Amino acid sequence: MATQHSRSAARLMMAPAVILLLGWMLVPLTMTLYFSFKKYLPMRGGDLGWVGFENYIRFVTSSSFWPSVVTTLTIVGGVLLITVVLGIFLAILLNQPMWGQGIVRILVIAPFFVMPTVSALVWKNMFMDPNYGLLSYLWEFFGAQPVEWLSKASMTSIITIVSWQWLPFATLILLTAIQSLDSEQLEAAEMDGASAPKRFAYITLPHLGRAITVVILIQTIFLLSIFAEIFVTTGGAFGTKTLSYLIFQRVLESQNVGLGSAGGVYAIILANIVAIFLMRIVGKNLDA
Amino acid sequence: MKRTYGALLGACATVAFASAAYAETITIATVNNGDMIRMQGLTDDFTAKTGHEVEWVTLEENVLRQRVTTDISTKGGAFDIMTIGMYETPIWGANGWLVPLDDLSEEYDVDDILPAMAGGLSHDGTLYAAPFYGESSMIMYRTDLMEKAGLEMPEAPTWSFIREAAAAMTDRENDINGICLRGKAGWGEGGAFITAMSNSFGARWFDMDWNAQFDTQPWKDTLEFYVGMMNESGPAGYATNGFNENLSLFQQGKCGMWIDATVAASFVTNPNDSTVADSVGFALAPDTGLGKRSNWLWAWALAIPAGSQKEDAAKQFIEWATSKDYIELVAENEGWANVPPGARTSLYENPNYMEVPFAQMTLDSILSADPNNSTVEESPYVGVQFAAIPEFAGIATEVSQEFSAVYAGQQSIDEALEKAQAITNDAMEAAGYR
Amino acid sequence: MARAVTTNRKIINTAVAWGIGLLVFFPILWTILTSFKTEAQAIADPPIFLGFDWTLENYAVVMERSDYGKYLWNSIVIAGGSTILGIIIAVPAAWSMAFVPSKKTKDILLWMLSTKMLPAVGVLYPIYLLFIKMGILDSKIGLVIVLMLINLPIIVWMLYTYFKEIPGEILEAARMDGASLKEEVIYILTPMAIPGIASTLLLNVILAWNEAFWTLNLTAAKAAPLTAFIASYSSPEGLFYAKLSAASTMAIAPILILGWFSQKQLVSGLTFGAVK
Repeated sequence: MATQHSRSAARLMMAPAVILLLGWMLVPLTMTLYFSFKKYLPMRGGDLGWVGFENYIRFVTSSSFWPSVVTTLTIVGGVLLITVVLGIFLAILLNQPMWGQGIVRILVIAPFFVMPTVSALVWKNMFMDPNYGLLSYLWEFFGAQPVEWLSKASMTSIITIVSWQWLPFATLILLTAIQSLDSEQLEAAEMDGASAPKRFAYITLPHLGRAITVVILIQTIFLLSIFAEIFVTTGGAFGTKTLSYLIFQRVLESQNVGLGSAGGVYAIILANIVAIFLMRIVGKNLDA
Repeated sequence: MKRTYGALLGACATVAFASAAYAETITIATVNNGDMIRMQGLTDDFTAKTGHEVEWVTLEENVLRQRVTTDISTKGGAFDIMTIGMYETPIWGANGWLVPLDDLSEEYDVDDILPAMAGGLSHDGTLYAAPFYGESSMIMYRTDLMEKAGLEMPEAPTWSFIREAAAAMTDRENDINGICLRGKAGWGEGGAFITAMSNSFGARWFDMDWNAQFDTQPWKDTLEFYVGMMNESGPAGYATNGFNENLSLFQQGKCGMWIDATVAASFVTNPNDSTVADSVGFALAPDTGLGKRSNWLWAWALAIPAGSQKEDAAKQFIEWATSKDYIELVAENEGWANVPPGARTSLYENPNYMEVPFAQMTLDSILSADPNNSTVEESPYVGVQFAAIPEFAGIATEVSQEFSAVYAGQQSIDEALEKAQAITNDAMEAAGYR
Repeated sequence: MARAVTTNRKIINTAVAWGIGLLVFFPILWTILTSFKTEAQAIADPPIFLGFDWTLENYAVVMERSDYGKYLWNSIVIAGGSTILGIIIAVPAAWSMAFVPSKKTKDILLWMLSTKMLPAVGVLYPIYLLFIKMGILDSKIGLVIVLMLINLPIIVWMLYTYFKEIPGEILEAARMDGASLKEEVIYILTPMAIPGIASTLLLNVILAWNEAFWTLNLTAAKAAPLTAFIASYSSPEGLFYAKLSAASTMAIAPILILGWFSQKQLVSGLTFGAVK
């Protein structure tokens, strides 16, 4: 069906998007690479000459580097796990007959509309504050010692906040997918005496495969670069410094653009490793 | 042209039109502190006097720093006036990034600015930012609880007295903590407090060759004392408490003592916000007898980025906002207790103001801090709770994060000090000091 | 018998779903409630749920202190503008990927997504310098461009998955009838893809509305959207929970309402090709 003519037309139509994104990728990337080989200190007169790989070595050998990689991956992994598992549960639940389905759906997807800054502020001040937070009242009410969430359970807290924001997205996609599941197939399986866990494992879960892949892919892209949630809540303290937060500290707080740029290159490498890893799964599951 | 015309019409409708011909709109970046918000509310007075309009960019402190630093170091020109502190001003001034404020008008009376403030906002004797308000730190304490504990606060207490008093005032049953102090990570939060405190224990950030000093005994003493006292008598979760958190704790009657910025005095004595307004006493920040007290020195000041197209209008605004008349204006509208403190000598000669209970102690605290000579042993840097070098903010934020992890019980003091030493030396090496 | 079981199950489903729904929604509800309290009531011990003196004072304070209308308008222009511009650029690209696929299509698609992985903080200085050079610092057009670029991969991908579901025969038939490429896209493809375009539009408006790094760092007074508005209420001196709640409610209300009204679109359209 595709003629030579339509092929070139197709290329032409793709051109604006591709060229724009190429520019958006290449210009900052080139500049980041350029800065990463420079001693570039805005507060000390800017460009102080080429330094080879010094920034790269310094960034990796800093005691904060590996912990920040681990933190980044823990947050991404933790949030993915929670949102996917709870998302599947919610999707199945919301697909059942009930009263007020529409309203429940609205309630569940609401957090997705809240800006990250606002949700971090609300959680930090009104829920996790050790003195005035609602959670500490709740703990006290049950006679427990209130938890100092953002200092002593910092990773749990951040993963909770971010999961709360992304659960609606996962639920929405999984719900759409589950709605397309043939209910007759499930009923037939039930007739044949397949137990509920079996029906889930052999029919529902495989059907959701593509949707889960999509959720993981999209969320990973967004989660790798989360920033506002950490900036607002812990400011990178208590072991919550992600790689992008470490870069922020190098570039803006320490005013060392060269060092931060080297960090940026590492972040791109990490993102690509994760991406390749993802593509492997996606490639299998998402025959685009 | 169109804008001038519009402003001209507007000005005719109100009062002045002589100056309206030059009417401009200036953009000011500022921090969302109470005094600045009050200033925004009074902008109409400035517009009426000069015809210039003002657009405000009000941001939370950390966001503000990030925003103005990016803009000034790239010469972005997004702001005509920036609100900056005593840390940034000398560094930016030295880089030639700020317009020198050496031609302010006669009636502005630049010599009236408190010498400590003018000194901290200058580089090589040239003033680069005008102080909007200045502060030191001092002890604010509950007179009723102190009495109940059977103690009397000296004018200039020692740390061991404070620790003892804190323990005596603590009443966990009734949710009263003997002492509330900053523990929150960030160089301007807990970092500022612990650095100022360490001065009184004989510690310093760097020796004369810019070597980090976290491996020395005074730092260990400081942290051990702080952590010991806070665990005995501090509030739960103090590792995340900064100025705001402690302010609301104190206002809710949950603190016996609080050592923090002198500007807090007007908040804790304001009966609208504070449940303990009528029982607050003040004292100088504590020492250990080594000759340095643990109070800091800070000013929020207004500066004009070099290259601003609206330098004249910006200067007019600075003269207005940091003038004696402005202080009068606030006093008229909000009362003397709410005027921006700590910037002008004349304020502390005003009998109306000296009736305010914390006025004298604020002045005494400011006068007892010396940025040029803040440590017991000689140090190469200027600044009390910071070192005025460009790398400090980054280093001190990371170091204070290590300290906060100690406060939260996640690592030992020795571990934190070891990491602090490594972080600091590494960063100083990267910057080419060592 | 069978009916009784289903009714019972329906009751249980309803109870569990409502319980979870309210739990998930609670932080937002609490924020809205707090915005109507006085500062003292906002931190009262024990917390007050409904029995407080409802007041509009916080909203009055926020309205007096900041020009909410300006921030709101900027948010609308930036989020709306970037999404529409993005869709205009993405529709042809998605079309050609869906109907004239080549071996490289999938690679291009995944490459587009990978551009989203560049950490924003790392390139703040380069982009800031670029914006100064181009004279678009603190301008709505600058932010429209940046947010469009950030979201373009998502837009292309979403549209691509919708277009793929449209049977090729219809287009072929149109071509037989002599429709040009342009006509084909405008008169046949686009109408058929309206539901897909609508949900793409919605999702990207939400993403752009909530973007808080570039919108905060590339603006000053003129183009600042609601994310900057929030930054002036986040942690001022003294008690601020009630005022923060009022400002937060004002910042999220427009998008929350939009989301709720269009949730059907969102639910049916948000597939990313996940449904066969």
